[in-house]
Amino acid sequence: MTLSAPARWALRLFMAIGLTFIYVPLMLVLVNSFNGDRTFAWPPHDWTTRWWSAAWENDGARQALVTSVQAGLGATAIALVLGTMVAFAVQRFQFFGRDTVSLLIVLPIALPGIVTGIALDSAWRSVMGELGIGKGLFSVVVGHATFCVVTVYNNVLARLRRTGTNLEDASADLGASPLQTFRYVTFPLIRSALLAGGLLAFALSFDEIIVTTFTAGPGVTTLPIWIFNNLFRPNQAPVVNVVAAILIVLSVLPVWLAQRLAGPEAATRT
Amino acid sequence: MSFLHRHPRLRLAALLSAPLLWLVVAYLGALAVLLVSAFWTVNGFTGEMVRTFSLANFRTILTEEVYRNVTLRSLGVAASVTAICVLLAVPMAFFMAKVARPRSRHWLVIAILTPLWASYLVKAYAWRVLLANGGPIESVFGATPGYGLFATILVLSYMWLPYMILPIYAGLERLPDSLLEASADLGARAGRTFRAVVLPILIPSVFAGSIFTFSLSLGDYIAVQIVGGKTQLIGNLVYANIGAANNLPFAAAIATVPVVIMVIYLVAVRRSGALEEL
Repeated sequence: MTLSAPARWALRLFMAIGLTFIYVPLMLVLVNSFNGDRTFAWPPHDWTTRWWSAAWENDGARQALVTSVQAGLGATAIALVLGTMVAFAVQRFQFFGRDTVSLLIVLPIALPGIVTGIALDSAWRSVMGELGIGKGLFSVVVGHATFCVVTVYNNVLARLRRTGTNLEDASADLGASPLQTFRYVTFPLIRSALLAGGLLAFALSFDEIIVTTFTAGPGVTTLPIWIFNNLFRPNQAPVVNVVAAILIVLSVLPVWLAQRLAGPEAATRT
Repeated sequence: MSFLHRHPRLRLAALLSAPLLWLVVAYLGALAVLLVSAFWTVNGFTGEMVRTFSLANFRTILTEEVYRNVTLRSLGVAASVTAICVLLAVPMAFFMAKVARPRSRHWLVIAILTPLWASYLVKAYAWRVLLANGGPIESVFGATPGYGLFATILVLSYMWLPYMILPIYAGLERLPDSLLEASADLGARAGRTFRAVVLPILIPSVFAGSIFTFSLSLGDYIAVQIVGGKTQLIGNLVYANIGAANNLPFAAAIATVPVVIMVIYLVAVRRSGALEEL
């Protein structure tokens, strides 16, 4: 539609206000990580980098980071395999219950996290516990993988829909074995979609707190759990703040990576 | 491999078996255990779980006013958050997809995406600092809304906003500009074009986004703990019963409330094609 110049300016202004709304809180965390005052007196009157060195030396935070990365990698690996398999099944085959399958994949993120969390918790207590498998890092990975499948599935499915099967048919006509076709044709076609989906899966797992709370065994502390445990301790506030600031800075990295490797549209699918 | 190649049904079975096994056993199985345990009770004296069928939990939830109030409050929060996100996201996504130049479009998508990667807790925490007494909001505006229901709605809207912008943007981006021009050429004013051309594209995307904003708000208990003051939502009740009260069956029974609400919601928005937009 042809928008009048004032309408365009109004939309531009709205966009600017929206972005300000999104970024001001994040900027505040960054600024506060250099705030010399322990209780973040505002505006800050002295500046310091000592919270950054305190955070760097904090063993709890470091350990939690390692746990988070382990859980994220585990969940992402499972999600990549399962999500790709379902995406191929749904896109390449017509079968009874296809809609149900895609609904089933969406369900873990469509239902509130607390439901997924408490369901896994009670299942683990009453079934896995009886089998002698206690909660630990493994149960966290299982929980995370369940809701990460959807991100890989969505990305791969979108890519398969766009690429079609012509190239694979051509490859088969030229005498390539199914394995060769997969290796030289199909896999390169979906590689960037796998990357984008995997990145999102990792991010989802890295950020997840509710499901983690319910599935983590004793002694398993992911970074979000660590932050939450220390959030209400006045003494820890500056260190928590630095960890938060680091996470904000790091959040640029995966977006940049996804954009570089998979193109702008890949990163927009949840 | 070639055997599989000649038998597409077998190939399909091979592709589906592992993921379905996972989702049905690990996820639906867990949901089933949850549903079953909602009918159990806990012995008030020993704290032991009594594994016999009983409707006591559901009777309590349906009859005691506290639970009705908390359910209504949670629904109100989820609905307000969704409404606020729609109001903010539609103009922003429209600007991104249809007004901004293609080059800046790319950067705007990045700008919306990046905060999605900054952790949930970091964002809730940022608002805790912002809204604090003597915090930045008070020092700039002279007053702060403080912690409470309003802060909860504000913070949840803030956190889920990108989940609403992205599907709407993706939908609008697929709408060819030529359709908008054609509509204008045929004499439609902006309002008419919006109703007749943009809205049919917008609705499934908005519903897709609303699944996230609604569901995430409905189950949240952490942002509520951080900025909600004394506010209680369904999530807090579930959490309190599974933790401090150690009454898993009752927590399970309360957890069925958001499940029922979400299932109704999913069925309702399914017709709009929202699930394909996720």
